[in-house]
Amino acid sequence: MEVLTPRSLAEALALKAERPDAVPIGGGTDVMVELNFDRARPDALLNLNEVGELKGWSREDGRVRLGAALTYADAMRPPLCDLLPALAEASRTVGSPQIRNRGTIGGNLGTASPAGDALPPLLVEGAEVEVASVRGSRRLPLSEFLLGPKRNALAADELVAAAVVTPSGQPQTFMKVGTRNAMVIAVCSLALVADRERGELRAAYGSAGPVPALVSAPLADREAFAERVAAAARPIDDLRGTAAYRRHALRVLTERALERCLA
Amino acid sequence: MGDGTVPRMHQRRATTTAPARPELELGRVVPAERRLDGVPKVTGQFAYASDLSAAGMLWGHTLRSPHAHARIRALDLSQALAQPGVHAVLTHEDVPGQKRYGLEFADQPVLAFDRVRYYGEPVALVAAEHPEQARRAAARIRVEYEPLEPVADAPRATELPPIHDHRWTHGHGYLDDPRPNVVRSLVIRHGDPDAGGDVSVAGVYELGMQDQAFLGPESGLAVPDGDGGVDIYVATQWLHVDRDQVAPCLGLRPEQVRLHLAGVGGSFGGREDLSMQIHAALLALRTNRPVKMVYSREESFVGHVHRHPARIEAEHRADRDGRLVCVRMRIVLDGGAYASSSAAVTSNAACFACGPYAVANALIEATSVYTNNPPCGAMRGFGAVQTCFAAEAQMDKLAAALAVDPIELRLRNALAPGDTLPTGQRVSGSLPVAEVIRRCAELPLPEPEELPRDAIRLPGGAGNTTRGEGVRRGVGFALGFKNLCFSEGFDDYCAARVRLFENAGGELVAEVHCAAAEVGQGVTNVIAQVARTELGTENVVLAPHTTATVDSAGSSSASRMTWMAAGAIRLACRAAREELERRGGALAGGEIGVERVYRHPRTWPLDPDTGQITGERAHVAFACAAMRVVVEVDAELGLTRVVWIGAAQDVGRALNPQAVEGQIEGGTAQGLGLALMEEISTRGGLIDNASFTDYLIPTALDVPPVESVLVEDPEPDAPYGVKGVGEPPTVVSTAAIASALRDATGRELARVPVRPDDVVGL
Repeated sequence: MEVLTPRSLAEALALKAERPDAVPIGGGTDVMVELNFDRARPDALLNLNEVGELKGWSREDGRVRLGAALTYADAMRPPLCDLLPALAEASRTVGSPQIRNRGTIGGNLGTASPAGDALPPLLVEGAEVEVASVRGSRRLPLSEFLLGPKRNALAADELVAAAVVTPSGQPQTFMKVGTRNAMVIAVCSLALVADRERGELRAAYGSAGPVPALVSAPLADREAFAERVAAAARPIDDLRGTAAYRRHALRVLTERALERCLA
Repeated sequence: MGDGTVPRMHQRRATTTAPARPELELGRVVPAERRLDGVPKVTGQFAYASDLSAAGMLWGHTLRSPHAHARIRALDLSQALAQPGVHAVLTHEDVPGQKRYGLEFADQPVLAFDRVRYYGEPVALVAAEHPEQARRAAARIRVEYEPLEPVADAPRATELPPIHDHRWTHGHGYLDDPRPNVVRSLVIRHGDPDAGGDVSVAGVYELGMQDQAFLGPESGLAVPDGDGGVDIYVATQWLHVDRDQVAPCLGLRPEQVRLHLAGVGGSFGGREDLSMQIHAALLALRTNRPVKMVYSREESFVGHVHRHPARIEAEHRADRDGRLVCVRMRIVLDGGAYASSSAAVTSNAACFACGPYAVANALIEATSVYTNNPPCGAMRGFGAVQTCFAAEAQMDKLAAALAVDPIELRLRNALAPGDTLPTGQRVSGSLPVAEVIRRCAELPLPEPEELPRDAIRLPGGAGNTTRGEGVRRGVGFALGFKNLCFSEGFDDYCAARVRLFENAGGELVAEVHCAAAEVGQGVTNVIAQVARTELGTENVVLAPHTTATVDSAGSSSASRMTWMAAGAIRLACRAAREELERRGGALAGGEIGVERVYRHPRTWPLDPDTGQITGERAHVAFACAAMRVVVEVDAELGLTRVVWIGAAQDVGRALNPQAVEGQIEGGTAQGLGLALMEEISTRGGLIDNASFTDYLIPTALDVPPVESVLVEDPEPDAPYGVKGVGEPPTVVSTAAIASALRDATGRELARVPVRPDDVVGL
């Protein structure tokens, strides 16, 4: 297996154009699991750890640009955790401290798992995904980026460059149900924003459908909202939980999240 | 992070000492040293079996069955043999000696022929220069399978076609049950099984399949000796029984096969059966190169036996005062495809089904069956875990029916020395059941914690699912016991050899040989401690654990190794000391070498028709434990947090109190895993969660502080009064946690692991 290690974003994009089969790797918390289980043996890995442009986060015109290599640990630190509190809460539910130091938001987007913990908080904040290639870069809403279980809208020559969010500054939270109290993949999860400014409730569920998905309603519809979220989800029975439990849990989580955010 | 830190486990040890029986000469024992393997293990310096290497080494890989049950129509090795780096591809045709092996019954093929009977059964072997080459080549072996209907439902297995053509377990002194697929059935009839009480409670209980989940996967290195023999370095629990199974399959004499203990990363029963020992040796002898095999985590889940899933129907009858009149239980254990130690597990499940209570009448029927599920065998607690879960749920039900305090009910029925067990065996040694109950019940419960608190101190933990909504507190209690050492007439012994010599400085040095497997429990410390005690010297050197220089130590299992090793080391050291004294107390340049064999008191088989003893005893001795548990349950989401566990355990005499506490904490955590999350999930015999992604084991956020009380009531039949301590906590903690969850939720929770759906009532 070849490991390609570009030193800049331009070099990374050039390599990706040249070797579309190269699997991008950041923290490796998803990719290495695939290799370890012998589920994948790509001919090449595109190691993005030396690409400075992907690291950290910045503010631009009231928006926040989260580099693809932003780690969960980064997202938990002030002041970012105050700008995107649900994302910080979600980051804290990811794995162990070691995993949070390695795992990245870009990786969560790239993997596009229904259980990706960063995805619901980004959805409720209306995040866009910035993807780049030698052909240029484009931004698309996260809800359009996520196509299906572990499928996203990246073209073969594209890389995730960033997630771009306009923080609502509105009360929000994230909760994740798992069958142990740490280091667990979501049985189901929920992010919720009570946006008084726009008079809107926005929730996004994880692990309760083929992709994490957004449900919104006017603030006035608070009473019916939990039921609405549960009804919108498309959960299945699998190893980690039953569809019936997932729907039930989403109802409970939504009620609790509303309490937290509207108290 | 600003989220606070996980509260440090606090420990408090209170030791209580029952007055020693005057006739007991226990002897002084020098204090325990710090763990000999402690620093290497925590600093990452310890060499585990997976770290082994040798010059010119090849890597072995096992091709395994993707089916739970299938006929093998054809095997084509040609493509595999043509792969780069491949040195050998072997099938059952290449097994030079016996084609089958087994711990108790040789019913398991070294490599499958004709049929595969479980998912992951070894079919062929590859040795190659690189592990990836070996894996890739194995994938090129063409096996033509004809899938067969799997026998997957254990309670129905006795009505389905037999998965073995031969009745492997018949003719061994057990009841020869004519029903198909029975490994062993044992009925214990005690008193009048139809005796009625004033009150009766009943239930049906189930336990899922738990895995030992040791962190060090199966690994070993086989090195040909150039003379037709082989040295095998392996992580195992019993070197000599491995040798005695490996040699006949290789067609070698036992002394041509030498087993050496490599660093063991946990065992818990899962290394009693062979894994890669014969396979690596076959490849090494064929290629004349050292061959290493290391299972991946996924492979490890099919590489060893698991805890038997069980279905238990129970009925308890008591009089108005809460005295047990009659216990009736029907136990079905899923043994999986091969016998492993199912026969002994069946006996244990039956013998300890009533718990440590005096019961005048009982009818216990236990059956283990062959199925096409993963093979099950030894795991910490060994049958007693399953029945303790059922029996203690029944005791709680009985307490509720009688409106008696559950702890008081247990005290009223507590077994005591002199009492008779359902097998007819009289308890002749130490068994301080009432004392253990009382000491546990005396532990103060922690005060409810105030809200708000950090999410990690609430059910759901890091998931941030509650700030107190839906949270209810519950308190539970359970009591359990099991046997120490092997039972039912097994000729069990432990050998030790001591060599005394003078070092260059003229000081006396003792070199101690014992094949006892250090599996993390700390037996090497016990060996050194006993040698220092008996020889009065600090110059004690432990020789490597091997079959090459000393006779068998028996197995590091059945809570027996401390007892047996201490017995053997003491005998050998005393013999060496006597010889030294005979020589006037000096070696004068010479040396002394003595080997001694220790045997515990004899046991006898159970009568196959009545389940009653046929001699003085069927079990050597017993140990009990009690646990009190506080939980918090999020009743709306079904998530849990175990807040606190208080344990009192009958430990005989604690030679190394810190190590005993470690066993209690670890054993408790393993039982917690079974109560809350650990289950191998199978569908039609196929495992669908063979990884730590989906087979969850407790983390530091799931295991609470464990407060241990060591109840010391020395065992008269054991050296220094010791008892094994590794299993009783696991026997009890699953039951105790389930009891607390029932208290919190009011639900029956008759199956473990308890799922969120069960708590919520979906």
